[in-house]
Amino acid sequence: MVVVLKEQTPKISVRPEFQQAAAPQIKEKVFELNGIEVLYGGVSAVKDISMEIGHKEVTALIGPSGCGKSTLLRCLNRMNDLIPTAEVQGELLYHGEDLYGPNVDPVQVRKLIGMVFQKPNPFPKSIYDNVAFGPRVLGRKDGLDETVEKALRGAALWDEVKDRLKDNAFGLSGGQQQRLCIARCIAVEPDVILMDEPCSALDPISTGKIEDLMIELKEQYSIVIVTHNMQQAARVSDRTAFLMVELDAEEHNRWGRLVEYDATEKVFTNPSDKRTEDYVSGKVG
Amino acid sequence: MLQAESKRYGERAIKWLLALCALLSVLTTTAIVISLIGPTIGFFEIVPADEFFFGVDWTPQFEPPSFGVLSIVAGTLNVTLWGMLFAIPVGLGSAVYLSEYATPRVRKTVKPALEVLAGIPTVAIGFFAVSFILPEIIVPLWPDGLLGGAEGKPFLALAAGLGIGLMVVPIIASMSDDAMRAVPRGLHEGAYALGATKAKVATKVIFPAALSGIVASIVLAISRAVGETMIVVLAAGSTPKFTLNPVESIQAMTSYIATTATGDISTGSVDYKSVFAVGTVLFAMTLVMNVVSIRLVRKYREVYE
Repeated sequence: MVVVLKEQTPKISVRPEFQQAAAPQIKEKVFELNGIEVLYGGVSAVKDISMEIGHKEVTALIGPSGCGKSTLLRCLNRMNDLIPTAEVQGELLYHGEDLYGPNVDPVQVRKLIGMVFQKPNPFPKSIYDNVAFGPRVLGRKDGLDETVEKALRGAALWDEVKDRLKDNAFGLSGGQQQRLCIARCIAVEPDVILMDEPCSALDPISTGKIEDLMIELKEQYSIVIVTHNMQQAARVSDRTAFLMVELDAEEHNRWGRLVEYDATEKVFTNPSDKRTEDYVSGKVG
Repeated sequence: MLQAESKRYGERAIKWLLALCALLSVLTTTAIVISLIGPTIGFFEIVPADEFFFGVDWTPQFEPPSFGVLSIVAGTLNVTLWGMLFAIPVGLGSAVYLSEYATPRVRKTVKPALEVLAGIPTVAIGFFAVSFILPEIIVPLWPDGLLGGAEGKPFLALAAGLGIGLMVVPIIASMSDDAMRAVPRGLHEGAYALGATKAKVATKVIFPAALSGIVASIVLAISRAVGETMIVVLAAGSTPKFTLNPVESIQAMTSYIATTATGDISTGSVDYKSVFAVGTVLFAMTLVMNVVSIRLVRKYREVYE
């Protein structure tokens, strides 16, 4: 793996016990997390997460299994609301507005903050109806054909499917299905796209296409991606957050904690924390 | 060295025993068809087929008797139609509520209650229909004079229909709930992530994805309604009428069979044979319905795996 160092970012030391891990040079913040903790049935899954996520950047969340990356991601568009026992504590600001404020409507939140899942989950409908689903439920019925075409072009899928828009989406390959899910997401014209290990079920060629796509999409959207694949984080992201599992003294409970958050080149070439270094160099995890 | 140490007769015996069990239901169906065919052919030697299939007067006890099956077919359809108009919306509404809206606690209470309703003997439902639904619900609520009015009639197709509706609501609700809950979690999340509301997720994604199971539940409910006997015997009356009017006393095919095939019927009489002819029609109706619905489901279902 070759990571080209464009410029040396100022070294910020991040102490694990004090994770004010704001990376430098975030021009415009899309999310601001202050001491976020997520509990399932009263048990913490992640704790003390404080970070800022940049607008129109790709932010990667990496870390070993069970470190709470996906849990953290699902806080950002209130997907955790769908789990009755889940509870989010701390402050989460979206463009300065409290995402968990009393008058916030989760349905409205998800219009602005879309999500692509680990396993491609197209609806059992035609390709066209999949992409048109979002605009239709939001009542945006004018110019639907154009919206669908634009979204499919945006997801680099148009040329492959333009002659079979009425076919069932399940006839597509896994990689095409995942790009269809991305098209479905951008058809709603969100502000942020959250991606939960979007390539883990795909072959390397499809993965490459989706990675190229992410780099194109960040012109317009803020992207937060959870990935198991460190090379992927290094290839596509501007900033990387490394989370790790932490155990209490008796080793009864485990939760995820933010260890390091910085510009991607720095995390991968010159991490401040020994644990990050061990993880990104493949010594652990 | 590589030969079996014994002949393993037990192993073979088990295989045959299990095959026999599986065969039993096939054999039963065949036996029913055969036992229906003989007397049915005998019936058509006496009564012309065109009188039977196209006649609208069912008066076997008159002299001369008339065997126009359409009037008791209409009786069955009458009861089934009104029963389903009640049971399909209520059953599907319950299913959507249970699978998408109810909290686990509510679900844990409501679903067993529904299944208890499914276990109530139909004779009890029939009695409830004629002693409560008819006098306390239909008569006070039915608009005066509409379709002849409901006042003062001791038996009504509608009473039997609602009784049958009550009987099949649990079938539709429980099976459709299972079908909707079998839709992969990912589809819910995918739809919610697009900013869809709960109602949109339920109606635009989950319901269509579960359609084949839902249609299956409705078909089963209709089959049960068409074949239901006790409720129609008790609540619908015994006056064959070629009508779909809900506020009439009618006779359904099953209730003709049940009230005719009693101990004092003489084997070999026209009445005796007519029971088998009606039974064959009933069998054919449910068979055709099942075949058509299987075709429909194959054509329209949304495959999600």
